[in-house]
Amino acid sequence: MNKKILMTGNEAFAKGALDAGCRFYAGYPITPQNELPAYMALNMPEAGGVFIQAESEISAVNMVFGASAAGVRSMTSSSSPGISLKQEGISYLAGAELPSVIINVMRAGPGLGNIWPSQSDYFQATRSAGHGDSHCIVLAPSTVQESYDIMFLAFDLADKYRNPVMILGDGLLGQMMEPVLFTNHQLSVAAGGPATGDQKPETKLWALTGCKGRKRNIAKSFYLREGDLEKLNILLQKKYQEIQEKEERFEGVNLDNAELVLVGYGTMARIAKSAMQRLREENYNIGLIRPITLWPFPKKVFERYATGDKRLIFLAVEMSYGQMVDDVKLSLNGRFPVDFIGRSGGGVVSEEDIIAKVKGLLSTKKRNE
Amino acid sequence: MAKVVINKEKCKGCLLCVSFCPKALFIVEEKLNSKGVKPVKLKEINDCVGCGQCAVICPECCIEIYE
Amino acid sequence: MNKSFVRPKSLVDVSTHYCPGCGHGIAHRLVAEVVDELDIREKVIGVTPIGCAVVAYDYWDFDCSEAAHGRALAVATAIKRVRPENIVFTYQGDGDLAAIGTNETIHAANRGENLTVVFINNAIYGMTGGQMAPTTLLKQKTATTPLGREIKYHGYPLKISEMLAVLQGVKYIERVSLQSPQAVLNAKKALKHAFENQINNVGFSLVEILSPCPTYWGMSPRQAMDWVRDVMSKEFPVGRIK
Repeated sequence: MNKKILMTGNEAFAKGALDAGCRFYAGYPITPQNELPAYMALNMPEAGGVFIQAESEISAVNMVFGASAAGVRSMTSSSSPGISLKQEGISYLAGAELPSVIINVMRAGPGLGNIWPSQSDYFQATRSAGHGDSHCIVLAPSTVQESYDIMFLAFDLADKYRNPVMILGDGLLGQMMEPVLFTNHQLSVAAGGPATGDQKPETKLWALTGCKGRKRNIAKSFYLREGDLEKLNILLQKKYQEIQEKEERFEGVNLDNAELVLVGYGTMARIAKSAMQRLREENYNIGLIRPITLWPFPKKVFERYATGDKRLIFLAVEMSYGQMVDDVKLSLNGRFPVDFIGRSGGGVVSEEDIIAKVKGLLSTKKRNE
Repeated sequence: MAKVVINKEKCKGCLLCVSFCPKALFIVEEKLNSKGVKPVKLKEINDCVGCGQCAVICPECCIEIYE
Repeated sequence: MNKSFVRPKSLVDVSTHYCPGCGHGIAHRLVAEVVDELDIREKVIGVTPIGCAVVAYDYWDFDCSEAAHGRALAVATAIKRVRPENIVFTYQGDGDLAAIGTNETIHAANRGENLTVVFINNAIYGMTGGQMAPTTLLKQKTATTPLGREIKYHGYPLKISEMLAVLQGVKYIERVSLQSPQAVLNAKKALKHAFENQINNVGFSLVEILSPCPTYWGMSPRQAMDWVRDVMSKEFPVGRIK
């Protein structure tokens, strides 16, 4: 198993999901994520699971609702317009507290947009799980290897918190090919039971399995009686708070000495990292924060700069017109200037764009000192 | 003779049993139940043949019949 | 004394939220009776709709899942596929099954999912206040057809059961009614057949139940029953469709 296999990011998502015990997949074709369902269609039967090409995105996410309610690790995937269609269903998953994984291989919008890569669905993914006060846990891998690895984390978090987990990739990550090592992940025993391919839904005591030997189970998000829905919301908020406290994840490079810190996730973090390396070769002191969890946003790493009189600049780099940058600003709470560079609609910020922007910011800073 | 047991608290007064009873044995009680509904009762207990039509049509499942 | 008619075990002993004379209560009881008679309470999983029957799971004493409006057959498809040993059915109204959920309905049927569908047709949206349903009759007055349904503006009553019957994946469709005690007993027979089909792996089976909505039809419960018999079943003839 320590042979590296060349595969696309989309295939790595699918392979990772299967290895993490996903046994139900439903999806609807949309570019640029089509390799993912194709991989599932080919390999899910061998894993003993169910693959369904649904009649719509809406149907697919509601199939995930059913499979998850029946106690099986389940997922769907799509790209931006399709995720918009799934949002009602994602809100139901959050409301009914059903563990599930949704992958968004983002493309450019608004509307039909086009099929080029983008990171313009950050707000949609991180602000709520659809209508209502709800949240998905949102993860963002930046390499094909990480796309494989992150599926284990995604299903574990989903089961642990009985919550939908969204993975934000983009068209570049989904389409690019890189060698992947199918690392031997220790399958965790999450709250819902052992995360193995043959996981027994009986270990998820809330699952719909037929009421033999127990009281009936009901999967629902509907609370009509006065006060009941508020009670559910208070419980959900408590859960979200716990997730925020415990589940922040990020990658940090050169954080203690940098005079400028780049912040980017997914594909943009790779480009930012390359730019950072080139700048450091020119003796610029640059750091990088790559959020791996977008919700919860890794606020704590920014709080390390709360004290001290160091003058720092943060530069958010995105394939959007500025979405994640808001979370950077919220995390820094006005203590440092936050600048932004981004393109969207199919354009990708290049290393050169970042380097030029950084040099401009640092020379202005020097002039002002 | 069959014994008809009516759960008067569950009765919503739709009167379907009244109109479908082939022997027209049901009447409406004067006293309200806790729903504020006048529930039904049998006027002639001895005439019931236990055909069960009242129970079959009752939307609230509040009629039980014993032979 | 022998019990000749008692509350089925699968029907929880509570009052429903339905209006007096509503057909849902009868249909719920029939489902519970069939589940008991087939001895499948411990392995049945119901999928409930959005509409008046949204909390049907409060009335059945077995496992149930909610489904977003119209998506009951998507939810049921997945449950049945991952748990084929369970008996899975949906309970849906005309808005849920034949308007917002038409896509899910047609494709689950066309895939020939081994499911049982209980389709309540009362020609109106009850929960939201009596609006036009896809099955609303011509000239029928509703909140959104105040002058009556007109072909020119609203098209014809949708005969989804007849539409589904042409699909090869569909094995059994019957339209029944709740208009009288005799009709209710016939409805139960059809429901039982539809559940038996699933147990015997026959495939997609649907029972359309013409059901009274006295409140939004503006009738007494008995008048509503007679309207099913005299008017509604002329547009939607009862009997085996496939």
